[in-house]
Amino acid sequence: MNNNIQTSEQGLKPDIVISVDNLTKRFGSFTAVDNISFDVKKGEIFGFLGANGAGKTTAMRMLSGLSYATSGKGIVAGFDINTQSEQIKKTIGYMSQKFALYDDLKVWENIRLFAGIYGVPDKEITLRTDALLKQLGFEKERDTLVQSLPLGWKQKLAFSVAIFHEPTIVFLDEPTGGVDPAARRNFWEMIYQASDRGITVFVTTHYMDEAEYCNRVSIMVDGKIEALDSPKNLKIQFNAKNMDEVFHKLARKSTRKAD
Amino acid sequence: MLKYLIEKEFKQFFRNSFLPRIVIAMPFMAILIFPMVANYDVKNINLSIVDNDKSPYSSQMVRKIESSGYFRITDVSSTYNEALKSIEQNKSDVILEIPNQFETDLVREGETRVLISTNTVNGMKGSLGSAYLSAIVADFNSQIRSELMQIKKGIQVPAIEIVPMYKFNPRLIYKVFMIPAIMIMILALVCGFLPALNIVGEKESGTFEQMNVTPVSKIHFILAKLIPYWVVGFVVLTICFLAAWAFYGFLPVGSFVTLYVFTTLFVLAISGFGLVISNYANTIQQAIFMIFFFVMTFIFMSGLYTPVASMPQWAQALSTISPLKYIIMVFRLVYLKGSSVSDLFVPFFALMGFAVFFNGWAVLSYHKKN
Repeated sequence: MNNNIQTSEQGLKPDIVISVDNLTKRFGSFTAVDNISFDVKKGEIFGFLGANGAGKTTAMRMLSGLSYATSGKGIVAGFDINTQSEQIKKTIGYMSQKFALYDDLKVWENIRLFAGIYGVPDKEITLRTDALLKQLGFEKERDTLVQSLPLGWKQKLAFSVAIFHEPTIVFLDEPTGGVDPAARRNFWEMIYQASDRGITVFVTTHYMDEAEYCNRVSIMVDGKIEALDSPKNLKIQFNAKNMDEVFHKLARKSTRKAD
Repeated sequence: MLKYLIEKEFKQFFRNSFLPRIVIAMPFMAILIFPMVANYDVKNINLSIVDNDKSPYSSQMVRKIESSGYFRITDVSSTYNEALKSIEQNKSDVILEIPNQFETDLVREGETRVLISTNTVNGMKGSLGSAYLSAIVADFNSQIRSELMQIKKGIQVPAIEIVPMYKFNPRLIYKVFMIPAIMIMILALVCGFLPALNIVGEKESGTFEQMNVTPVSKIHFILAKLIPYWVVGFVVLTICFLAAWAFYGFLPVGSFVTLYVFTTLFVLAISGFGLVISNYANTIQQAIFMIFFFVMTFIFMSGLYTPVASMPQWAQALSTISPLKYIIMVFRLVYLKGSSVSDLFVPFFALMGFAVFFNGWAVLSYHKKN
């Protein structure tokens, strides 16, 4: 990449939406995230891989303004993660592994709540809710309490809610955990659609078939990024048939106990 | 933004199969049942009588005791030792022994003695029982005396009779003392501890973190949690006022405006306190345990059951940090004595202080980022 085309605004290249520089997070003497640096381009699907306890979630929490960095810099959607986390929160979407819509609200009520929080105007919420439900094939579930939806549906809904306000970046923390292969495929179709609309997707996953769908993949081992490239290049680099093999070759190095 | 959050809280509240019912049931329960149960008016004292005289006077006295309504004659023994056995078997609480020659002595000598012997395992019941009994005997005594005086036309013996005047609660009804305080307990639960549990519940379900990653500000999140419970709190309090009036005809001597003004301050203080708890508790279990601890402390320290003035010095000092003490005091004074805001500067500023202190602490200890 060419370093000469940096713009003055926050020192970002025009097509880079996440820029991380020597980011570190320590909990006491334990270094969860150890000096990581990487860039994510606009509209990219960026896979963030690593074994349990490798530090993925911690890194993601720092980028989305939930957690303070111990040291290092990060720019997300043009804002500094150390000082401007509230501005970051306005421009990102976030969906965590712990399913986080309100179980005791209906489908349309969840959409209305989160859209309202992100400042989508009332009228637009009503219009787009109908369009969204139609697109998801959820028209009949409009008045269903979220708790009675199957997990796969819940996750599709949660993703739709996370990008309802058209964020610059959406952070997905193991979004497809526990759902069947068909529902996962379905989910990834939605991710592609979002990416086509220009939304950057930052996703962690444990499924190596999903890693193949990403534009670029980083693999974290013991808090450090050990590899970062497109799935194709990684397979060549590690002389592997598939991402699964790449992952195993790297993860073997880990000295940290999985949690 | 606040609009959507408050809307959500109300939906969740009314959709809960449990909370709305409890909120309606609680005031009725509290006003109808608690005052009957939490009652220090000692009644149904079991009395054992040993009447060695069996004269018209002695039976007249026994009848007088019986008709007072405080005593239940559960045992009539022929000797004191027998009566003592009935106490040992827990059949009676108090023994009244009337001596031989009771009537004769009374008429001839103008003087006699009776023995009152009390089981004071339950100190309250025992001491009140013997006090009531003494009072009735004394009353009987003066009655007899005046009868005999008229017959004998003797010299008038000067006697000092003490007539106490009970101000503000003339019939010394304990209920009247308890109801205003019970209202406060309910308010503390609804406005202080329900929102705290609600927030910790969101922490457990993960939606709290989801909210923290949105642009919702601390203040908006907190207000959205509190406003619905404030509304509910005022509804509940109003139901309490109505129930106290409907069932007991019990209306405050002072004004409702004073009560609502102080309620507002108290609700602010106690909900701030609840928020502080919710910021430190990560699970419902922790939160409930913390709440339980503080509720117990507050109740015993607040003078709900026992007067603050009779606590040891250190406990009195400690009780000044219980917001419940001030509001219970205010409710009792307004309800019974008719105090107005100008008489209640101390609790006014104390409650205001608590409100500022707890809410300040709550805002400072709530971190969207850690």
